[in-house]
Amino acid sequence: MNQLGFPILSLITFLPLLGAFLVATLSGDDEKAAGKARCIAFLFSFIVLVLGVFVWTRFNPAIAGYQFVEVMPWLSGINVEYRMGVDGISLFLILLTLALTPIAILASNAIKTRARSFFAAMLLLESMTLGMFAATDFVLFYIFFEAVLLPMYLIIGVWGGERRIYAAVKFFVFTLAGSLFMLLAVVWIWRHLGTTDIAVMTHAAIPANAQTWLFLAFLAAFGVKAAVWPLHTWLPDAYGEAPVPGTIMLAAVLSKMGAYGFLRFALPMLPNASASFEPLMFVFGVVAVIYISYVALAQTDMKRMIAYSSVAHMGVIIIGLFTFTVEGIEGALFQMLSHGIVIAGLFICVGIITAREQSLNLKNLGGLAANMPVFAAALMLFSLANMGLPGTSGFIGEILVIVGALKVNFWVSLLGGAGVVLGAAYMLVLLRAVLFDKFTRPDLAKLKDLTGREYAMLLPLAVLVMWLGVYPSSFTHAFDAPIAALVQAHTAALNPHMALAMVTAK
Amino acid sequence: MTEFYSLLPALFLGVGGMVLLLGGVLAKKTDTTPAVTFGAVVLLLIAAALTLMAPDALLFHGLLKTSLFTRYADTLVYLGAIAALILSVDYNKREKIARFEYPILVLFAVLGMIVMISAADMMTLYIGFELQSLALYICAALARDSVRSTEAGLKYFVLGALASGLLVYGISLVYGFAGTTNFVALANVFQQGAGVGTIVGVVFVLVALAFKISAAPFHMWAPDVYEGAPTSVTALFATAPKAAAMALFLSVMAGPFAHLTGQWESLIQILAVLSMVIGALAAIGQSNIKRLLAYSSVSHMGYALMGLATGTAGGIQASLVYIALYVVMSFGAFACVVAMRRNGQAVEKIDDLAGLAAEHPGFAFAFAVFMWSMAGIPPLSGFFAKLYVFYTAFNAGYDTLTIIGIVASVISAFYYLRVIKVMYFDHGQPQFDKTAAGVGFVMAVGAFVTIFFVAMPGPLMALAGDAAKALMG
Repeated sequence: MNQLGFPILSLITFLPLLGAFLVATLSGDDEKAAGKARCIAFLFSFIVLVLGVFVWTRFNPAIAGYQFVEVMPWLSGINVEYRMGVDGISLFLILLTLALTPIAILASNAIKTRARSFFAAMLLLESMTLGMFAATDFVLFYIFFEAVLLPMYLIIGVWGGERRIYAAVKFFVFTLAGSLFMLLAVVWIWRHLGTTDIAVMTHAAIPANAQTWLFLAFLAAFGVKAAVWPLHTWLPDAYGEAPVPGTIMLAAVLSKMGAYGFLRFALPMLPNASASFEPLMFVFGVVAVIYISYVALAQTDMKRMIAYSSVAHMGVIIIGLFTFTVEGIEGALFQMLSHGIVIAGLFICVGIITAREQSLNLKNLGGLAANMPVFAAALMLFSLANMGLPGTSGFIGEILVIVGALKVNFWVSLLGGAGVVLGAAYMLVLLRAVLFDKFTRPDLAKLKDLTGREYAMLLPLAVLVMWLGVYPSSFTHAFDAPIAALVQAHTAALNPHMALAMVTAK
Repeated sequence: MTEFYSLLPALFLGVGGMVLLLGGVLAKKTDTTPAVTFGAVVLLLIAAALTLMAPDALLFHGLLKTSLFTRYADTLVYLGAIAALILSVDYNKREKIARFEYPILVLFAVLGMIVMISAADMMTLYIGFELQSLALYICAALARDSVRSTEAGLKYFVLGALASGLLVYGISLVYGFAGTTNFVALANVFQQGAGVGTIVGVVFVLVALAFKISAAPFHMWAPDVYEGAPTSVTALFATAPKAAAMALFLSVMAGPFAHLTGQWESLIQILAVLSMVIGALAAIGQSNIKRLLAYSSVSHMGYALMGLATGTAGGIQASLVYIALYVVMSFGAFACVVAMRRNGQAVEKIDDLAGLAAEHPGFAFAFAVFMWSMAGIPPLSGFFAKLYVFYTAFNAGYDTLTIIGIVASVISAFYYLRVIKVMYFDHGQPQFDKTAAGVGFVMAVGAFVTIFFVAMPGPLMALAGDAAKALMG
């Protein structure tokens, strides 16, 4: 078993499933059950958060490989085992999921219709996402990766906005089409290597000519999920139409699944193809940063503007990943965490405005800072973090990516770095339109400031933003080891003579 | 004595069916249908238990053969028939077509299927084939006052008779060129290859079997018959006969014609590709849920054939796993269709499901599970069925076939998704009547197996593997 002698990762993964079952089978009329369902859902997501923090305290950052490993026979006959484990890369993505689910559940008090199904879907979503980050077998990973679609499809389609059905179907078809190519790639690698154990697959050599095709298949799956430009077109619709808690989960956690996929599979398994596709990925990243920032600037809807800013930040993450430098990849990973927290904060601010029955059209907002000073401060903090102001979490990720990119190519670094400036442009436009200016309508002056529940959502996120920004090494020290190993293996795969030198040096 | 035990389930079904028939005719009570149906279910359960305990044997000088393979396929047939019978009790009563002959016809059809599955000779194959077909023709026309049902029965009969004709013609050609109808002897003869005449015969046999499993391009009857027949009967058509015909397909191709793989392999591939693609494309435009499920079953048969197309034991194992999971999904989905009634009237349009999730969350969830599983979305059982078929086909080097299968599966996801969309996203008031306990039970069992297969896939896979080995010898 593992160092705890206890399958803690499976417990964390499947406990929300039990919660989902309890919530779904609650009796009573819809109105009363809604409150109970929210309590149970919050309780379960909080318990697994505590378990997750416990795993973090027992995590050994010096080890590059998987920890808390669980292995069980599963698909006998076709040589697939049930394998779970975490390393420094997946640990924080699991913690991010664990931390944001209770907050998203707190943010869903506006859900009154069919609340039992909603909270069951949220817990199911959490369970599948956690399983995906913790799976260390490719078939298992694929199953969780796909299963995330089911609850998300329902969350957008049932509880979403006006164009919810269009958004839900677009989301589903895009991601399904993408991931079936991945299935093909999985089966190919499976045939080639005879195993689906990720740890083994990572170190196995795959012929260079096959890598190109496999990389394209991975790009289809992970690129859609991560909303890499130009595969992002589902995203503004899905983010815009999903209910606020759904948007939080989509933007903060689900978009990281794609980037995680690149980091976990595309980079280490296909080093040659990753290297040869590097320029293309840089172009995608730079276009996302610059073009999408301009698109964000043109938005008139607050939710869609934040959605586009999310695509722009995914561009930064992609650039960071494909620098193949320790700084760049660490920056990308850090940016994934930071972006998750910041974007969740921003969407909660959106939810606070919707909860006061205001439209999200920027023309109809304004002057909120006068009546809602605490709200204004929170929105300001998350906006500044989103543009990467020093002292906030956003800065660390951006600067590491820029440094990493500078080692590879000056122009990529310069253009990627332009995102910080453009980010400042649209975030400031947003701040001015929402918080300052004059009241566009008299009823805006009557809005109340934050309630206790809203404090409970924003405060932990604000603390995390500052923590990540001021003391980043409490996070980075855990992913130093796996990322150093990854970069080393990548260099070795591209330069066989250097690999020999490394072996002899040891 | 071992021979007697392996024959016992079939004897039991035949004699039991006749006793029930006598009881139904002679009973003074006016409505004997529930009692007879109950008796039929009990008979099927006992037959299933006897089958599972039966030893391997070669009966009547090589006319019938029982092995783990036949027991596996028999069990699936029993499972489908029992589910269909449970669904029929309430449905037939409400549609006023409750006749005690129906469960008895189902019993004889099952008997035919069992003979067909265990056949080790072309003649027994044909007898079993006809016995089940004749019983099923009558079932299709069960609602004899309904034009649609009568039409379905007639259509099924005419096209079925054509298929039987092709089968007999094919068998006669094979017999004429090989000089025997025994499977083992045929396999020995074909070791040296076969001439054009034999190949023509083999193709005729193959076409007749493709007709029975409704593989494209021989699927034309399926949507009309599925739509026209009473839903409880359609539930039977989609499960037991499909499993039996597929098992027969496997045993004929891997038995007497095993050495002609080079000749029939490409035919099976064409059937598989056409079924997957036509099933996926034609279902998109359907507004009737029964027609949609008919096309969906066409494409499922394509996936199941893909396993056979590889011609290996692993491929047959994949096909067997596929069929088993398909039977479960299928009776579950039909239980949902049976439960679609409003004001005492059965409704069949997909749009009638609008708003179901708000009104009957459990029902809608079960239906969504079956649709997602048929679309092959993990972690539901349908995904594993497809994964396993794709894995074997890809491993055997059939890259194009696998890619076509994957693309067809994306296309088909679209129409399954539409059903879920209507149930969950659209507003409406289905106001369905209360679901009968039996129907709810079948639905729940199907959903349970479909969801939790992921937790324990090992035993079924191992069993299918042993069954495939038993078939390949």
